[in-house]
Parts: sequence; structure tokens; C-alpha cells
Amino acid sequence: MTETLLRAVGVELAFGATPALRGAAVEVAQGEMLAVMGPSGSGKSTLLHCLAGILVPDAGEIWLGDQRVDALPESARSALRRERFGFVFQFGQLVPELTAEENVALPLLLGGTRRPAATARAREWFAKLGLDGLEGRRSGELSGGQAQRVALARALVVEPDVLFADEPTGALDSLTGEHVMELLTTAAREHGTTVVLVTHEPRVAAYADREVVVRDGRVTSLVPAP
Amino acid sequence: MTVPASLLGLLEREPSHGYDLKRDYDQLFGRGKPLPYGQVYATLSRLARDGKVIAAEVEPGAGPERKRYVITEHGVGELEAWLAEPVPAEPSLQSVLFVKVVLALISGRPAETYLDAQRAAHLQRMRELTEVKRSGRTVDALLADHGLFHLEADLRWIDLTAARLGRLAEEVRS
Repeated sequence: MTETLLRAVGVELAFGATPALRGAAVEVAQGEMLAVMGPSGSGKSTLLHCLAGILVPDAGEIWLGDQRVDALPESARSALRRERFGFVFQFGQLVPELTAEENVALPLLLGGTRRPAATARAREWFAKLGLDGLEGRRSGELSGGQAQRVALARALVVEPDVLFADEPTGALDSLTGEHVMELLTTAAREHGTTVVLVTHEPRVAAYADREVVVRDGRVTSLVPAP
Repeated sequence: MTVPASLLGLLEREPSHGYDLKRDYDQLFGRGKPLPYGQVYATLSRLARDGKVIAAEVEPGAGPERKRYVITEHGVGELEAWLAEPVPAEPSLQSVLFVKVVLALISGRPAETYLDAQRAAHLQRMRELTEVKRSGRTVDALLADHGLFHLEADLRWIDLTAARLGRLAEEVRS
């Protein structure tokens, strides 16, 4: 039995009077790639934000291994996000003033790695994700697929325990999106990275090992018939 | 019609033996469903009877039949007509699933649970096809994509049906 790495228990969260999560519960195993599906407004992104320690639930618990994430102060959750988590979103995640290489090295620099070492590690990911030659470009000079690969490199450069991807192909055409998913899946499997993938696209979810559906703030596991 | 047309298409490249045709067919179109030898030779016989191929000569040698088949002009015409004709745009109606959903609603059984089971089965198949796509050649990837897009379309129907179960229940129970 694979060990559970990430766990949400009875998570509730409301935005004002609007409940977003109503007792959401989910477990993600070490090295597993879990797709979180569900209609718009069902609470799937909110669940990701809770799991990643970006939002703190009103009730319930979030666990990373044996560490209770929701009970940590913001500074500790921020360090956790920087050091153990990686993030890929749908849009606009690169810092436009920085080059692609500086963007990828950024999490390492923020974590105290010296620039030459950070740059060297960033460059390794340029090679792995087929981004060679784009190091000096700024985000405005990259295509959508290239920008998303740079974002993926930035998320993976810290070799996170968990990669959180929220609609990572949402802004890309089918072929480019597939390329990004292929790279994401290969990199995650190679490094044993646990992935929480929020998507409403079944073809993207099909890259995952398992999927759950969020409906009205609760999580339903889909179990194929025997 | 697909098998006869496929054999005509393969024969148009070059005259071939039944054995070679089977091997090429399995490699290009088989996908775990190899063409039985019996069907290869039965199809070739029919094509020969209808004047679309001719069995050129019987070659000496041990083992299976060593006839070399050659496509005729009539065969080429048939192949061209088949290629040019669009495949009927038939929506694969979810008739069985639809009947299950309606019967579940009429009898007060959990239609949404049944839809979820179907959703899980579809996603499981999509995962398998995605693996084929990731590890296979372009031919495999294209075939897998064809399956993936169809399964995705079914899933959209399942999602919409799940969202409309309340209205559907009212209609079928009235």
C-alpha cells in the first residue's frame, strides 16, 4: 500500500455567505497523479488552494505527511509552498520583467540558492523540457506553449514533493496542451513527484492515475465497475 | 467493406501474397485484432470473383498458398470510390445508457450513481488509450486519439445528462 502524502479531511470553506467546500475529503498517495474534475464553480480550484496551503479552511484539516498544514502560520505555509510545492496555472504566471531563465531560477533564488548554482539548475530544466535557446526571452516573446513549459520548469526546479497544476493546458490548443501534459507526466514520473491536477478536460485527466469529481463542494471518487 | 478496401489499398502499392497482406494489415490496422488467415483468403477470393483482383500465378514452394494477387483497374476504381465517399456522420447515440438512466429515474433508483460508474469506465479506457498514445508510434497515437475524442464526447453527454437529471426525472415520471 502506497503511503498517503496529502490529505484533506472534512474541509469547509465559504467565501462570505457562499459555501465553496462543504466537508471535502481526499487523499493523494506518494507519487500519485490525481485529477480533480468537476463543473465550473464546483470548488475544485478552492480545494487545490486549500491542499496547497494558499487558503486556510474554516473547518477541517489539511495534512502533508504528518504535518498539519492548515494549523501553520502564514510564514511557515509560505516556506512550505516555496520549498516543497510547485505550481502551474492556466495564465500569466511568469514575471514579465524577467527572462525565462530568471523566471525558472527565481524559486531557487528566493530559497537562498546562490545565483550561479540556481542558473545552472534552471538550465538543466531548459534542456529537459525542450526549451534550449529560449533562456533570454521574456514572457511576451514566448508562445503560449513555450510560456507554459517555462512555468512547468519553474515549478519543477525546486524538485517539489507535490506539483499543483490548475487547468495547465486551459489556454493552449489541443496539440500544444498535449505536449505540455506529456512533459509534465514524464517529469513527474521520473522524479516521483506527486501531482494534483485540476482540470475539466477528460483528455487531460486521462494522464492521471486516478480522478475524483468535486460537486457542490464535496468530493466523489470514481470507482470503475469490477 | 473496410477489410476488402484495405486489401485493395495494400495491393495497389504492389502485388502481394495473402501472407504479406495479412502482415501489413495487422501492422497498420490490426491494433490487437489481427485479421484471421481465413478471412484474408475468403476476401481475396471474393475480390477475384468480382474482378477486382486477379491471382497472378501460383509459386512453387512448401507451406501455405503462394498465389500472388494483383489489383485490376476495376479494383482501383472501387478503392477510389470507397476512399472518396465520406463515412456516414452517425452520432453514436447513447441509447443503452439513455435507457438505463430513464429506467433508473422512473423506478427511483440512483441514476447519478450509474452515470458515475459509466464515467469511471470511460475515464479508465481513456487512461489506457493515453498510455498507448504516450508509448506508441504515430499510427497508434492517431488511432488512440480517435478513440479519446469519441470517449470525451460521450463524457460531455454524461455530464450534461447528470446536470439535467432533475428535469429529466420530472418529464419521465409525469
